[in-house]
Amino acid sequence: MQNFTPFSSLAGGVLIGIAASLLLVASGRIAGISGIVGGLLAPRAGDRAWRLLFLIGLIGAGLVMAAITPSGMTASPRALGWVAAAGVLVGVGTRLGNGCTSGHGVCGISRLAPRSLFATATFMAAGVLTATLLRWLGAVS
Amino acid sequence: MTARAWDGIAAVGSGILFGVGLVLSGMTRPEKVVGFLDVGGAWDPSLAFVMAGAIGVHVLAYRWTRGRKAPLFTAKFGIPSRRDIDVKLLLGAAVFGVGWGMGGYCPGPGIVSLASGGTGPFVFVAAMLLGMFVTAKLEELAAASSDRNGQERAKVV
Repeated sequence: MQNFTPFSSLAGGVLIGIAASLLLVASGRIAGISGIVGGLLAPRAGDRAWRLLFLIGLIGAGLVMAAITPSGMTASPRALGWVAAAGVLVGVGTRLGNGCTSGHGVCGISRLAPRSLFATATFMAAGVLTATLLRWLGAVS
Repeated sequence: MTARAWDGIAAVGSGILFGVGLVLSGMTRPEKVVGFLDVGGAWDPSLAFVMAGAIGVHVLAYRWTRGRKAPLFTAKFGIPSRRDIDVKLLLGAAVFGVGWGMGGYCPGPGIVSLASGGTGPFVFVAAMLLGMFVTAKLEELAAASSDRNGQERAKVV
Protein backbone atom coordinates (compact mmCIF):
# COMPACT_ATOMS: atom_id res chain seq x y z
CA MET A 1 0.00 0.00 0.00
CA GLN A 2 2.96 2.37 -0.57
CA ASN A 3 0.86 4.34 -3.08
CA PHE A 4 -2.02 4.96 -0.67
CA THR A 5 -3.10 8.64 -0.95
CA PRO A 6 -6.18 9.07 1.27
CA PHE A 7 -5.94 12.85 1.72
CA SER A 8 -5.43 13.97 -1.89
CA SER A 9 -7.96 11.38 -3.07
CA LEU A 10 -10.57 12.60 -0.57
CA ALA A 11 -9.85 16.25 -1.50
CA GLY A 12 -10.14 15.42 -5.21
CA GLY A 13 -13.38 13.56 -4.53
CA VAL A 14 -14.79 16.56 -2.67
CA LEU A 15 -13.94 18.79 -5.68
CA ILE A 16 -15.68 16.32 -8.01
CA GLY A 17 -18.70 16.41 -5.69
CA ILE A 18 -18.71 20.24 -5.73
CA ALA A 19 -18.44 20.22 -9.55
CA ALA A 20 -21.39 17.86 -9.91
CA SER A 21 -23.37 19.87 -7.35
CA LEU A 22 -22.71 23.16 -9.18
CA LEU A 23 -24.08 21.68 -12.41
CA LEU A 24 -27.15 20.28 -10.62
CA VAL A 25 -27.98 23.35 -8.52
CA ALA A 26 -27.31 25.94 -11.26
CA SER A 27 -28.58 24.06 -14.31
CA GLY A 28 -30.41 20.93 -13.12
CA ARG A 29 -28.07 18.69 -15.08
CA ILE A 30 -26.37 15.41 -14.22
CA ALA A 31 -22.54 15.53 -14.35
CA GLY A 32 -22.13 12.17 -16.06
CA ILE A 33 -19.15 12.42 -18.37
CA SER A 34 -20.16 9.61 -20.74
CA GLY A 35 -23.63 11.13 -21.05
CA ILE A 36 -22.25 14.62 -21.66
CA VAL A 37 -19.97 13.32 -24.44
CA GLY A 38 -22.56 10.92 -25.85
CA GLY A 39 -25.10 13.74 -26.16
CA LEU A 40 -22.71 15.53 -28.53
CA LEU A 41 -22.67 12.60 -30.94
CA ALA A 42 -26.39 13.08 -31.66
CA PRO A 43 -27.10 16.62 -30.43
CA ARG A 44 -30.59 17.98 -29.97
CA ALA A 45 -31.31 21.68 -30.62
CA GLY A 46 -30.15 23.95 -27.79
CA ASP A 47 -28.49 21.07 -25.98
CA ARG A 48 -24.97 21.37 -27.37
CA ALA A 49 -23.43 24.55 -25.88
CA TRP A 50 -23.34 23.51 -22.21
CA ARG A 51 -21.80 20.14 -23.12
CA LEU A 52 -19.02 21.80 -25.11
CA LEU A 53 -18.44 24.38 -22.35
CA PHE A 54 -18.18 21.63 -19.71
CA LEU A 55 -15.66 19.68 -21.83
CA ILE A 56 -13.63 22.84 -22.53
CA GLY A 57 -13.43 23.42 -18.76
CA LEU A 58 -12.51 19.78 -18.18
CA ILE A 59 -9.66 19.74 -20.72
CA GLY A 60 -8.59 23.28 -19.76
CA ALA A 61 -8.23 22.14 -16.15
CA GLY A 62 -6.22 19.18 -17.44
CA LEU A 63 -3.81 21.50 -19.28
CA VAL A 64 -3.26 23.62 -16.16
CA MET A 65 -2.82 20.56 -13.93
CA ALA A 66 -0.41 18.98 -16.45
CA ALA A 67 1.74 22.13 -16.15
CA ILE A 68 1.58 22.28 -12.34
CA THR A 69 1.91 18.56 -11.51
CA PRO A 70 3.13 16.59 -14.56
CA SER A 71 3.24 13.44 -12.41
CA GLY A 72 -0.53 13.65 -11.90
CA MET A 73 -1.21 12.04 -15.29
CA THR A 74 0.63 8.81 -15.96
CA ALA A 75 0.51 6.40 -18.87
CA SER A 76 -1.63 3.28 -18.54
CA PRO A 77 0.28 0.28 -17.19
CA ARG A 78 -1.23 -1.71 -20.07
CA ALA A 79 0.11 -1.98 -23.63
CA LEU A 80 -1.51 0.25 -26.25
CA GLY A 81 -3.52 -2.60 -27.79
CA TRP A 82 -5.22 -3.23 -24.43
CA VAL A 83 -5.89 0.51 -24.05
CA ALA A 84 -7.54 0.65 -27.50
CA ALA A 85 -9.73 -2.38 -26.73
CA ALA A 86 -10.54 -0.86 -23.33
CA GLY A 87 -11.66 2.37 -25.02
CA VAL A 88 -14.09 0.53 -27.31
CA LEU A 89 -15.54 -1.44 -24.38
CA VAL A 90 -15.92 1.73 -22.25
CA GLY A 91 -17.67 3.49 -25.15
CA VAL A 92 -20.05 0.60 -25.88
CA GLY A 93 -20.70 -0.17 -22.20
CA THR A 94 -21.43 3.38 -21.07
CA ARG A 95 -23.88 3.89 -23.96
CA LEU A 96 -25.72 0.61 -23.33
CA GLY A 97 -25.71 1.13 -19.56
CA ASN A 98 -26.54 4.87 -19.69
CA GLY A 99 -23.62 6.03 -17.59
CA CYS A 100 -20.19 5.64 -16.08
CA THR A 101 -18.31 6.22 -12.83
CA SER A 102 -19.55 9.83 -12.58
CA GLY A 103 -23.18 9.54 -13.71
CA HIS A 104 -24.00 6.27 -11.93
CA GLY A 105 -21.18 6.08 -9.35
CA VAL A 106 -21.37 9.63 -7.99
CA CYS A 107 -24.62 11.32 -9.11
CA GLY A 108 -26.86 8.25 -9.12
CA ILE A 109 -25.65 6.79 -5.84
CA SER A 110 -26.04 10.21 -4.16
CA ARG A 111 -29.77 10.04 -4.82
CA LEU A 112 -29.94 6.26 -4.18
CA ALA A 113 -31.25 5.63 -7.71
CA PRO A 114 -31.80 1.85 -8.02
CA ARG A 115 -30.49 1.69 -11.60
CA SER A 116 -27.27 3.43 -10.54
CA LEU A 117 -26.79 1.20 -7.49
CA PHE A 118 -27.08 -1.91 -9.67
CA ALA A 119 -24.93 -0.44 -12.45
CA THR A 120 -22.18 0.63 -10.04
CA ALA A 121 -22.10 -2.74 -8.28
CA THR A 122 -21.90 -4.41 -11.71
CA PHE A 123 -19.11 -2.29 -13.21
CA MET A 124 -17.10 -2.44 -9.98
CA ALA A 125 -17.36 -6.24 -9.94
CA ALA A 126 -16.47 -6.47 -13.65
CA GLY A 127 -13.51 -4.11 -13.11
CA VAL A 128 -12.21 -6.15 -10.15
CA LEU A 129 -12.52 -9.42 -12.10
CA THR A 130 -10.79 -7.96 -15.17
CA ALA A 131 -7.91 -6.35 -13.24
CA THR A 132 -7.36 -9.59 -11.31
CA LEU A 133 -7.55 -11.79 -14.40
CA LEU A 134 -5.11 -9.61 -16.34
CA ARG A 135 -2.60 -9.77 -13.45
CA TRP A 136 -2.84 -13.58 -13.47
CA LEU A 137 -2.30 -13.57 -17.23
CA GLY A 138 0.75 -11.35 -16.74
CA ALA A 139 -0.67 -8.61 -18.90
CA VAL A 140 0.18 -5.86 -16.41
CA SER A 141 2.72 -4.27 -18.74
CA MET B 1 -26.34 38.78 -17.10
CA THR B 2 -28.96 36.44 -18.48
CA ALA B 3 -29.81 33.08 -16.95
CA ARG B 4 -28.50 31.45 -20.12
CA ALA B 5 -25.09 33.09 -19.63
CA TRP B 6 -24.99 31.91 -15.99
CA ASP B 7 -25.94 28.42 -17.18
CA GLY B 8 -22.90 28.48 -19.49
CA ILE B 9 -20.61 29.78 -16.78
CA ALA B 10 -21.81 27.02 -14.44
CA ALA B 11 -21.01 24.43 -17.15
CA VAL B 12 -17.45 25.72 -17.63
CA GLY B 13 -16.94 26.09 -13.88
CA SER B 14 -18.21 22.58 -13.24
CA GLY B 15 -15.90 21.20 -15.95
CA ILE B 16 -12.89 22.99 -14.44
CA LEU B 17 -13.59 21.81 -10.89
CA PHE B 18 -14.27 18.28 -12.16
CA GLY B 19 -10.97 18.21 -14.07
CA VAL B 20 -8.89 19.51 -11.14
CA GLY B 21 -10.64 17.03 -8.85
CA LEU B 22 -9.95 14.08 -11.14
CA VAL B 23 -6.21 14.87 -11.33
CA LEU B 24 -5.87 15.64 -7.60
CA SER B 25 -7.74 12.47 -6.67
CA GLY B 26 -5.40 10.15 -8.62
CA MET B 27 -8.05 9.05 -11.14
CA THR B 28 -5.80 10.21 -14.01
CA ARG B 29 -3.15 7.68 -12.95
CA PRO B 30 -4.39 4.43 -14.52
CA GLU B 31 -1.95 2.33 -12.46
CA LYS B 32 -3.73 3.62 -9.33
CA VAL B 33 -7.12 2.69 -10.79
CA VAL B 34 -5.88 -0.78 -11.67
CA GLY B 35 -4.28 -0.99 -8.19
CA PHE B 36 -7.67 -0.18 -6.66
CA LEU B 37 -9.58 -2.72 -8.75
CA ASP B 38 -6.96 -5.47 -8.27
CA VAL B 39 -8.08 -6.15 -4.71
CA GLY B 40 -6.06 -9.37 -4.47
CA GLY B 41 -2.79 -7.69 -5.53
CA ALA B 42 -1.02 -4.74 -3.89
CA TRP B 43 -4.38 -3.14 -3.12
CA ASP B 44 -4.51 0.68 -3.15
CA PRO B 45 -7.82 1.71 -1.50
CA SER B 46 -7.37 5.43 -2.33
CA LEU B 47 -10.14 5.56 -4.91
CA ALA B 48 -12.73 4.59 -2.31
CA PHE B 49 -11.90 7.97 -0.74
CA VAL B 50 -12.65 9.71 -4.06
CA MET B 51 -16.10 8.13 -4.16
CA ALA B 52 -16.72 8.93 -0.47
CA GLY B 53 -15.74 12.59 -0.89
CA ALA B 54 -17.76 13.11 -4.07
CA ILE B 55 -20.90 11.35 -2.82
CA GLY B 56 -20.66 13.01 0.59
CA VAL B 57 -20.87 16.45 -1.01
CA HIS B 58 -23.35 15.58 -3.75
CA VAL B 59 -25.88 14.08 -1.35
CA LEU B 60 -26.29 17.58 0.12
CA ALA B 61 -26.84 19.15 -3.32
CA TYR B 62 -29.44 16.55 -4.18
CA ARG B 63 -31.22 17.15 -0.89
CA TRP B 64 -31.36 20.88 -1.77
CA THR B 65 -33.08 20.11 -5.08
CA ARG B 66 -35.89 18.19 -3.43
CA GLY B 67 -37.43 21.31 -1.91
CA ARG B 68 -37.33 23.23 -5.20
CA LYS B 69 -39.28 23.26 -8.47
CA ALA B 70 -36.39 24.42 -10.68
CA PRO B 71 -32.62 24.92 -10.61
CA LEU B 72 -31.20 28.46 -10.43
CA PHE B 73 -30.69 29.21 -14.13
CA THR B 74 -32.74 26.74 -16.20
CA ALA B 75 -36.43 25.83 -16.33
CA LYS B 76 -36.30 22.31 -14.86
CA PHE B 77 -34.27 19.54 -13.31
CA GLY B 78 -33.18 16.84 -15.74
CA ILE B 79 -32.93 14.06 -13.18
CA PRO B 80 -33.43 10.55 -14.62
CA SER B 81 -36.69 9.01 -13.43
CA ARG B 82 -36.34 5.40 -14.63
CA ARG B 83 -36.23 2.81 -11.86
CA ASP B 84 -36.40 -0.48 -13.80
CA ILE B 85 -33.37 -2.77 -13.82
CA ASP B 86 -33.10 -4.24 -17.32
CA VAL B 87 -30.61 -6.54 -19.05
CA LYS B 88 -29.26 -3.69 -21.16
CA LEU B 89 -28.29 -1.68 -18.06
CA LEU B 90 -26.45 -4.59 -16.42
CA LEU B 91 -24.83 -5.78 -19.66
CA GLY B 92 -23.65 -2.22 -20.42
CA ALA B 93 -22.27 -1.75 -16.90
CA ALA B 94 -20.45 -5.10 -17.11
CA VAL B 95 -18.89 -4.23 -20.50
CA PHE B 96 -17.86 -0.82 -19.17
CA GLY B 97 -16.33 -2.43 -16.05
CA VAL B 98 -14.26 -4.84 -18.18
CA GLY B 99 -12.93 -1.89 -20.20
CA TRP B 100 -12.23 0.10 -17.02
CA GLY B 101 -10.24 -2.73 -15.43
CA MET B 102 -8.44 -3.35 -18.74
CA GLY B 103 -7.11 0.15 -19.45
CA GLY B 104 -7.43 1.89 -16.07
CA TYR B 105 -9.42 4.74 -17.63
CA CYS B 106 -13.06 5.68 -17.26
CA PRO B 107 -14.43 8.44 -19.53
CA GLY B 108 -13.63 11.55 -17.42
CA PRO B 109 -10.00 10.74 -16.59
CA GLY B 110 -9.42 9.62 -20.19
CA ILE B 111 -10.59 12.98 -21.53
CA VAL B 112 -8.69 15.03 -18.91
CA SER B 113 -5.53 13.02 -19.65
CA LEU B 114 -5.64 14.20 -23.29
CA ALA B 115 -3.94 17.28 -21.78
CA SER B 116 -0.84 15.22 -20.97
CA GLY B 117 -0.17 14.85 -24.70
CA GLY B 118 0.43 11.12 -24.22
CA THR B 119 -0.49 8.55 -26.88
CA GLY B 120 -2.50 6.34 -24.52
CA PRO B 121 -5.25 8.87 -23.69
CA PHE B 122 -5.69 9.74 -27.40
CA VAL B 123 -6.02 6.09 -28.36
CA PHE B 124 -8.41 5.50 -25.44
CA VAL B 125 -10.66 8.50 -26.18
CA ALA B 126 -10.74 7.85 -29.95
CA ALA B 127 -11.68 4.20 -29.33
CA MET B 128 -14.29 5.26 -26.74
CA LEU B 129 -15.92 7.72 -29.18
CA LEU B 130 -15.97 4.99 -31.84
CA GLY B 131 -17.62 2.58 -29.38
CA MET B 132 -20.22 5.20 -28.37
CA PHE B 133 -20.96 6.16 -31.97
CA VAL B 134 -21.38 2.59 -33.23
CA THR B 135 -23.57 1.66 -30.25
CA ALA B 136 -25.79 4.72 -30.74
CA LYS B 137 -26.19 3.86 -34.45
CA LEU B 138 -27.05 0.22 -33.69
CA GLU B 139 -29.58 1.35 -31.07
CA GLU B 140 -31.18 3.64 -33.68
CA LEU B 141 -31.40 0.76 -36.16
CA ALA B 142 -32.86 -1.56 -33.53
CA ALA B 143 -35.44 1.07 -32.54
CA ALA B 144 -36.38 1.68 -36.21
CA SER B 145 -36.77 -2.05 -36.88
CA SER B 146 -38.91 -2.61 -33.79
CA ASP B 147 -41.05 0.35 -34.92
CA ARG B 148 -41.51 -1.33 -38.32
CA ASN B 149 -42.36 -4.64 -36.72
CA GLY B 150 -44.85 -2.87 -34.48
CA GLN B 151 -46.51 -1.22 -37.50
CA GLU B 152 -46.68 -4.52 -39.39
CA ARG B 153 -48.27 -6.21 -36.40
CA ALA B 154 -50.73 -3.33 -36.20
CA LYS B 155 -51.64 -3.87 -39.91
CA VAL B 156 -52.21 -7.59 -39.37
CA VAL B 157 -54.47 -6.83 -36.44
